[in-house]
Amino acid sequence: MSELQRTPLHAFHVAHAGRMVDFAGWDMPVQYKSIIEEHKAVRTTAGLFDVSHMGEVDVSGPGALAFLNRLVTNDVSKLYPGRVLYSPMCQPDGGAVDDLLVYHRGEEDYLVVINASNIAKDLAWMRQQAEGFDVTITDRSDDYALIAVQGPRAETILQSLTGAKLGILRYYHFLEGTVAGVQCVISRTGYTGEDGFELYHAAADAPALAEALMTAGEPHGLQLAGLGARDSLRLEAGYPLYGHELEHDLSPIAAGLGWTVKFKKEGGFTGDEALAAEKSDPSRRRVVFFRTGDRRIVRAGADVLNAAGEVIGRVLSGTLSPLLGEAIGSALVPATAADQELSVDIRGTKFTLHLVKPPFVELKKSS
Amino acid sequence: MSNTPADRKYAKSHEWVFEAGDGVVAVGISDYAQDSLGDITYVQLPNVGDALAVGEVFGVVESVKAASDLYAPVSGEVVAVNDALDSTPENVNQDPYGEGWIMKLKLADAADLDGLLDADGYTAENS
Repeated sequence: MSELQRTPLHAFHVAHAGRMVDFAGWDMPVQYKSIIEEHKAVRTTAGLFDVSHMGEVDVSGPGALAFLNRLVTNDVSKLYPGRVLYSPMCQPDGGAVDDLLVYHRGEEDYLVVINASNIAKDLAWMRQQAEGFDVTITDRSDDYALIAVQGPRAETILQSLTGAKLGILRYYHFLEGTVAGVQCVISRTGYTGEDGFELYHAAADAPALAEALMTAGEPHGLQLAGLGARDSLRLEAGYPLYGHELEHDLSPIAAGLGWTVKFKKEGGFTGDEALAAEKSDPSRRRVVFFRTGDRRIVRAGADVLNAAGEVIGRVLSGTLSPLLGEAIGSALVPATAADQELSVDIRGTKFTLHLVKPPFVELKKSS
Repeated sequence: MSNTPADRKYAKSHEWVFEAGDGVVAVGISDYAQDSLGDITYVQLPNVGDALAVGEVFGVVESVKAASDLYAPVSGEVVAVNDALDSTPENVNQDPYGEGWIMKLKLADAADLDGLLDADGYTAENS
């Protein structure tokens, strides 16, 4: 077992009684006081998350756009400076290597943000795919810290610390500015389904920025929130998590992310043929989201049964929705089974899965 | 630092036992246990009338993290269960020795209590 990696906010978490756990090789706070309270704070006031473990990669050069558009399934050519794009990137067989954000910073200059658990794999994949493109790929993961402030009070809190005009910054857009004197990429994005911001900044500035945000946010009910709340918030919003709803053998088509797969974009992309074939295959698998009407959590890995009691799929994610007070989750089943009766067995009791088109709760994202 | 009141006894499997008198004991889980589990989302209660042997599984406590079996710390018959936990399982987090009680047992054999730890012994087990 190798030493766990630490973000620049590790001492901050320990000082704030964060309960530290191993997450993808990082020593991260799963919660401070209560996952459910932290979850509710993000839905009603605001929460602050350390997501510095995420990976950042500079992609620049004359071939940057062509390279990225070949690499990912969504259409990078639609970006302009200040615009952010969500996209999966796939293997030739259509399975997902990762899902990521692309930031268009300027001419031939992009920042790609990837999942912490996939940094080494993604970098190797990107460098291999870059052959033949005039592009420079630079791992900047250790240079950046990343703090997310999410929730209905996020704009008010952040605005008190910056001269940047947040009121005109739209969802999935970013600008550069200072927050509490710290130079930041201020991005109106997040993984909670709420309005909010993600602040990319130099690693050394992270503790001062976190303290300034907590001080400014205190009167507005800002709470520290850990990875536990991050997971229940994203599941309530219906967002995929790599390793659960998206995997090396689970494509964006199966994941219900067809809206991010742009078959008609110029030049094609890695995995396009396999994904097109999968899309027209009636026997394909599909990720569905469900609620059960009961508080008992349906855990990842549980068998999904059909009306005859046969195992036809498996649960990918499961938690208790703190807002609904009910178990919610996702499962992988044959597409043809999605309109039939599905159930799970928890300790000898059968629960019917009621399929839901997420989000599970009304969300108030900025537009 | 966990709270471990001296007025009751503890099983190594983290249940507490409080003698309510007339040969009836109340059973719950310790502050240390609720804190380790984190947010408790569901408590599966036994049925009134169940006869339990020492060490028998009588219920389940679920948290966001995991589901954990509950083990009978003493033998006896279930005479009451805390139905309020169906709608407010978080009482186990907030008040593990009070509102978070789980069941009451009519002791089958008072000598079972001798097999349990006192507060100091339980604290020593978990430090």
